[in-house]
Amino acid sequence: MKIQALAACAALALAFNAQAADKVKIGFVSTLSGPSAALGVDIRDGFQLAVKMNGGKLGGLPAEVIVSDDQFKPDVGRQLAEKAVKLDKVNFLTGYVFSNIMLASIPVAFENKTIYVSPNAAPSPLAGKQCHPLFFAASWPNDAYHEAAGQHATTKGYKNVYLIAPNYQAGKDSLAGFKRFFKGNIAAEVYTKLGQLDYSVELAQVRASKADAVYIFLPGGMGINFIKQFVAAGLSKDMQLITPGFSSDQDVIRPVGDALLGTFDTAHWALDLDNAANRKFVAAFEKEYGRLPSLFASQGYDTALLIDAAVRDVKGKVEDTEAVRRALRAAKFESVRGPFKFNKNQYPVQNYYLRVVAKDNKGRIVNKTMGTIFKDHGDAYVQDCAMK
Amino acid sequence: MIVEQGLNGLQFGLMLFLLAAGLTLVFGIMDMINLAHGSLYMLGAFVAAALVQATGSFAAGVLLAIPATGVLGMLLEVSLFRKLYQRDHLSQVLATFALILIANEAVRLVWGSDAALPMPQALSGPVELLPGLYYPAYRLLIIAVGLLVAVFLFLLINKTKIGMLVRAGASNREMALAMGVNIKTLFTVVFGVGAALCAVAGALLAPLLAVQVGMGENILILAFVVIVIGGIGSVRGAFVGAVLVGMVDTVGRAFLPILFGAFLPPQFASAAGPAIASVSIYLLMAVVLFVRPQGLFPARG
Repeated sequence: MKIQALAACAALALAFNAQAADKVKIGFVSTLSGPSAALGVDIRDGFQLAVKMNGGKLGGLPAEVIVSDDQFKPDVGRQLAEKAVKLDKVNFLTGYVFSNIMLASIPVAFENKTIYVSPNAAPSPLAGKQCHPLFFAASWPNDAYHEAAGQHATTKGYKNVYLIAPNYQAGKDSLAGFKRFFKGNIAAEVYTKLGQLDYSVELAQVRASKADAVYIFLPGGMGINFIKQFVAAGLSKDMQLITPGFSSDQDVIRPVGDALLGTFDTAHWALDLDNAANRKFVAAFEKEYGRLPSLFASQGYDTALLIDAAVRDVKGKVEDTEAVRRALRAAKFESVRGPFKFNKNQYPVQNYYLRVVAKDNKGRIVNKTMGTIFKDHGDAYVQDCAMK
Repeated sequence: MIVEQGLNGLQFGLMLFLLAAGLTLVFGIMDMINLAHGSLYMLGAFVAAALVQATGSFAAGVLLAIPATGVLGMLLEVSLFRKLYQRDHLSQVLATFALILIANEAVRLVWGSDAALPMPQALSGPVELLPGLYYPAYRLLIIAVGLLVAVFLFLLINKTKIGMLVRAGASNREMALAMGVNIKTLFTVVFGVGAALCAVAGALLAPLLAVQVGMGENILILAFVVIVIGGIGSVRGAFVGAVLVGMVDTVGRAFLPILFGAFLPPQFASAAGPAIASVSIYLLMAVVLFVRPQGLFPARG
């Protein structure tokens, strides 16, 4: 009799364990101050917009989003990851903008079996040999914009292109991506200090090189300063500036303004992409925040939708990491970028578009879609990933 | 390109000079290590950003920010630094380091972690100096202001009574004191001038770079390199040192990668060039210290 009661208790306990959690906790650590703060702020706003439009829920569970600022410092980012994972016991970690900060921080999540869904940084090592079951990129593989830009430069027939990127992992990845699809001559390949804000020296060299196009990978405040100084030096008259989408997106247009008109860029998303999810997102974002969304905002929004779909698919049992993983991989959500699916390395397969900075019919400076460069494009590292 | 890079180096050097001049005087005359000098540079930039916004005019905002920061510096001197002169260098370093942290958080509280100071529209384009040689107008303005300030300081120190007292204080403090120089007031004035120079640099560089918390720390290290090279306490040394550091840094970044590219495989050259360029100024400092441990123009014979 006693044994039966005990067994019943145990069964009850088990059943209780497998029951749905009463809420889902998200640790959101991002760069929210300093010259690159606009990126993190947009990701956060996009993410929170999606939660709000869902009635404060993700996958049917009340969502608690714990936001903190890594101050653009890897050590701070790591501390905050420790706090989120060990103290707050979050179900998902997300938010990092910069790959160097993310790479320093996410091992904490992995060691504690917490899933990291990246709303931005998606460096090549994590796509290939070091791919990780708990890492999902809801954005775009680091090289992808650069590959698309290289393809565009080849199509356009540029003969001599000057390349500039900061001296860190993502900088090297980006220029490697450009060169993978560019068939012309590289005038020079320059690596600057990460966080450098004065580009006078590099601009003098760009001028002397007489290149016909310049391609930059300079995220955040670096790109804003470079483009302002590029125009101030009078170089925009002689050379075509090509950038990855984030260097001439809405967050850069705000401080730089007219100087950006005519810049070509490449991205997986655009303000005017014609699908129902995107129209709904753009209208809601503008209404909520009084500004147009950037790429980063769209990524934050999509990250929330992805988590939302996964939590719903596991019926709220967010403690079951393996089930949540499978649900995330299925990616059953309607992305604002259009078609989206995960490769076996949990990096996206999606389209990339050519955009140009121009004025829309309301006189606002925006990115207009010019065409599709790649369709269902993955990444170059997936074959090195041992994950099935 | 060589002319253009020369101008770049000059512009960078002159801005360093504005910082180093104040630092070297405080160090030379008061024998005081002020790590918080960079915080005054940051404060100058934030004050300028706030005033430009309030007045709606770039020139008015910047011109008002200079005396405002000077007064702020004097208040700091009277309230805090005075008590530190008698202490040893370690206490000074600790106290002024604390001041950096306090200043950073105070600025974050008052203005947030960054502020916007847009470039005046009239100066945002290039100017054709020689046929085919374009240079950004705003950078020319910085060079002009930097040279003006250098001339002004030269006259102030070599031709005026205050300058005489400053020179006396720098070369032999005890003797100057014994001769009846009012050291207290002199120190306050010198500190105020140093703070005002910081504001000039901070306000002028703000539209090119970014107004943000922590902007002073990186440039402070360079300012210390400058005064060590130039000789502590010497404004002339600070000028030569600053232009030297500006030039070496620019030339290093511009030409070392090309030089390495000429005789090394490209993947190695692209890694080694930037690396060597970023240590080039410290190499310069090491060489100067080896040949002239007192710096190039020591104030104390």
